[in-house]
Amino acid sequence: MAVTSTENLPLVSEPDVVAIRRRVREISAQLGFTLVDQTKVVTAASELARNTVIYGGGGIVQLESLNGPRVGLRLIFEDKGPGIPDVELALRNGFTTGSGMGLGLGGAKRLVNDFEIVSRTGEGTKVTITRWK
Amino acid sequence: MNTILMNSNKKSAGIAAVVAKNEETILAEWIREMSGSVRRTDLIKESDLRAQCAQFLQLMKDGLETGNVNFQSSVWEKTREMLGDLSRSRAALGFMPSETASFVFSMKRPLFTQVRQDSKDDAEALAEQMWIITELLDSMGLYTTEVFQKSREEMIRRQQEELLELSTPVVKLWDGVLALPVIGTLDSARTQVVMESLLQAIVETNSRIAIIDITGVPTVDTVVAQHLLKTVTAARLMGADCIISGVRPQIAQTIVHLGINLLDVTTKANLASAFALALRKLGITFVRDTQKS
Amino acid sequence: MEKIPILKMGEFLLVTIQVDMHDRLALSLQDDLTRMISQTEARGVLIDISSLDIVDSFIGRMLANIASMSRVLDAETVVVGMQPAVAITLVELGLSLTGVRTALHVDAGMEVLRSSLNDTNGNETITGKSANRDTYGSNFD
Repeated sequence: MAVTSTENLPLVSEPDVVAIRRRVREISAQLGFTLVDQTKVVTAASELARNTVIYGGGGIVQLESLNGPRVGLRLIFEDKGPGIPDVELALRNGFTTGSGMGLGLGGAKRLVNDFEIVSRTGEGTKVTITRWK
Repeated sequence: MNTILMNSNKKSAGIAAVVAKNEETILAEWIREMSGSVRRTDLIKESDLRAQCAQFLQLMKDGLETGNVNFQSSVWEKTREMLGDLSRSRAALGFMPSETASFVFSMKRPLFTQVRQDSKDDAEALAEQMWIITELLDSMGLYTTEVFQKSREEMIRRQQEELLELSTPVVKLWDGVLALPVIGTLDSARTQVVMESLLQAIVETNSRIAIIDITGVPTVDTVVAQHLLKTVTAARLMGADCIISGVRPQIAQTIVHLGINLLDVTTKANLASAFALALRKLGITFVRDTQKS
Repeated sequence: MEKIPILKMGEFLLVTIQVDMHDRLALSLQDDLTRMISQTEARGVLIDISSLDIVDSFIGRMLANIASMSRVLDAETVVVGMQPAVAITLVELGLSLTGVRTALHVDAGMEVLRSSLNDTNGNETITGKSANRDTYGSNFD
């Protein structure tokens, strides 16, 4: 699969979450996503970025534009936080340890085409999402 | 390795020289060759074909002169462009893929003939040149088929999209009341288009009530029901109410059997009663004019 | 720190969200609004989100919270102008904001607030004055 461009953005504080939303919006628009698909991937990014900042203690996000055979946008959120002990449980609707509605992880999964999560207790969490055009 | 490469460089330049020397002959024979199976005078004009052939021969000569016979390399960029345009235009004109590829393949015989005459005393050189030409023309032929296929797929995709848009007309029944008559099977892709065009129309026409009429939908399964529910919920989030009408008895049975909860959704047996409800919600009443009846 | 302005219009409070919502801003809006409702004894809150290009679970929760809190303070909340793409995404996310009233735009939202106010007023004063109970009918022409 051809990755046309990759960029990394820091994800430490709340303004970073807003900056990532903006960047994801720009890239998905450039890739020719429909307005609805743009909104879905931006919303998913917002959920995951917030998780990284609040629960992961900050981290980075990697944005990859995929071009060929299919056009898509892949986002990789990585932190060195405490990790998620029970991923299955965390993906369930309504699960929350913080102040959200408990829709963050599961909701983000429903908004994208591919969703992958690797989490090790004490080592950190890596969430990879892809939305195809 | 290097000597072989240099050798093939020299060979390809040799072919280029043959082409340059016999350009007119090759062109004439090539066009004659094509007239048999692949001319399609019904689709392309003689003069256009001649121009295409001349252009291709020129590009072929330029490419061979560089000595690089790998069709994927950048020296063949212009040739790829030309063949790409040709395949796309032929796909649009209604050529068969084989007819398109034959444009390249039919050049083999005239080119072979000239090359054979040029190096008839050196069997080994002849074999190598033949090999270079065959390999090159084969990859060009495959390339035209690939582009042809791609542009056909693109065409199909575009037509599907157009069909999707055509199949979901949102109609205005009254100031503030929209109707969406759905006809045919609802799959995920189609439902998404239906949903988006309905919601967009709600904003554009400033309609507070939208009626989704499913009289023309043969079956409703769990997925379709869920999509309908999502549409209703999204419309509500925007500030509009949805009414689902045209629920046939067997669909009502299926919905209950599947355990789908449509309790929060207003449903009506037919479009007329849904419209009547919509008007009532808007506070509109009709009175029969007794003098005229 | 940036703040989202809250306008007072008669008995109602009007909020137009026109900036990128980050979480702290959402929380401070929630605080400011509840304080304003009780200070001004407002009977209704209208939140215009037509400029918002996403509503994620946090902002969604804020809207639901404001609606519940204002109800406790005897004020009705109506959220207006949600974009189609935002609505579709919110539903897909799993959020339907069942307790929140909605309207297509500010005008329609004001109508909802006024008629709900008329409803309650009508109940309080048993004068037989014809209260407009129809949420939909009044600005139709």
